Amino acid sequence: MIGVRLYLAQRLSALILAPLVAGHLAVIFYAVQGGLDGAEILSRTQGSVGFALFYGLFVIAVSVHGAIGLRVVVHEHLKLAGRTLDGFTLATGAVLLGLGLRACVAVVG
Amino acid sequence: MSQAKEADLHVWRGDGNGGGLVRYAVPLRDSQTVLDAVTWIQRRLEPGLSFRFACRVGMCGTCAMTVNGKPRWTCRTRLKDVVENGRVVIAPLENLPVIKDLACDFSSFFGKWGKAGGRFAATATRLDAVAAIRPDSRRRRLADAGIECINCGVCYSACDVVRWNPAYLGPAALNRSWTLVNDERDGGREKRLRAVAGAGGCHNCHSHQGCATLCPNELNPTLSIAGLKRATALAVLKGEM
Repeated sequence: MIGVRLYLAQRLSALILAPLVAGHLAVIFYAVQGGLDGAEILSRTQGSVGFALFYGLFVIAVSVHGAIGLRVVVHEHLKLAGRTLDGFTLATGAVLLGLGLRACVAVVG
Repeated sequence: MSQAKEADLHVWRGDGNGGGLVRYAVPLRDSQTVLDAVTWIQRRLEPGLSFRFACRVGMCGTCAMTVNGKPRWTCRTRLKDVVENGRVVIAPLENLPVIKDLACDFSSFFGKWGKAGGRFAATATRLDAVAAIRPDSRRRRLADAGIECINCGVCYSACDVVRWNPAYLGPAALNRSWTLVNDERDGGREKRLRAVAGAGGCHNCHSHQGCATLCPNELNPTLSIAGLKRATALAVLKGEM
């Protein structure tokens, strides 16, 4: 159950996510092909403003996109509605944002 | 090879409280439609069988039923084309409350038509000159693409989102709204866009395209809904909503 504003938020977050996912995959391929271990990866990412901005934006976009997507699924299949549905959406977004930012801090902090 | 002379029609009988399939043996004839077969059952075997029809020639859209799991106009469906192993299952349209047997209550369907802004908002009176609309103008062509809907309910019955989300306005109502958004004579654009941008509005469509696949008039409500999504999103971005 979404209106035009949630629809726009989901589409705009998808627009942001598309190049970020491609960049994320490129980083993974680079790290794997170069044979980098965890310590070597962290030595490149820690303290990097670029990685912080890249994955910070990634996590924010995922939180918005995922929360709205799951909102639709639980409304249509579990029949959650009204404030319960709004609460679920906010909680899902908050959990995704919290977990994602925690991972970001671990990688770039 | 001898051809079967009869088909077993498994017809849903019941009402809003429930029901089940009842088997009737119906003789097969050339050019016989599913509506002909259901009518034959009513006239020869079961006078109490309820169903709805009017024109019998694909004009009125009242005879839609679920045939072997798919919503179809029964007057335009030949029985021989849908017989599978001598058997056809005929049920009422889905996503609509059953009144009795194969007849559904369309109140919610047309109620949503109204909620989606399906009423034309005139900007001129009969005393004004007739509006000149170029047939090749972009908005006229967009309206043309959806204007042949006769509200048979096939798309509504085929729609997964209507099944999952009863508040969803559905393909027919949204298609109607899109034709009016593109009607240059109409003055209700802003109100109409607001009506389709709410919680049960066009943005809930998943573009499964069941409506476009099964529309007997070969319309594409999914495309109309995509147009509404664009129009409402642009209105929000421009600060008009």
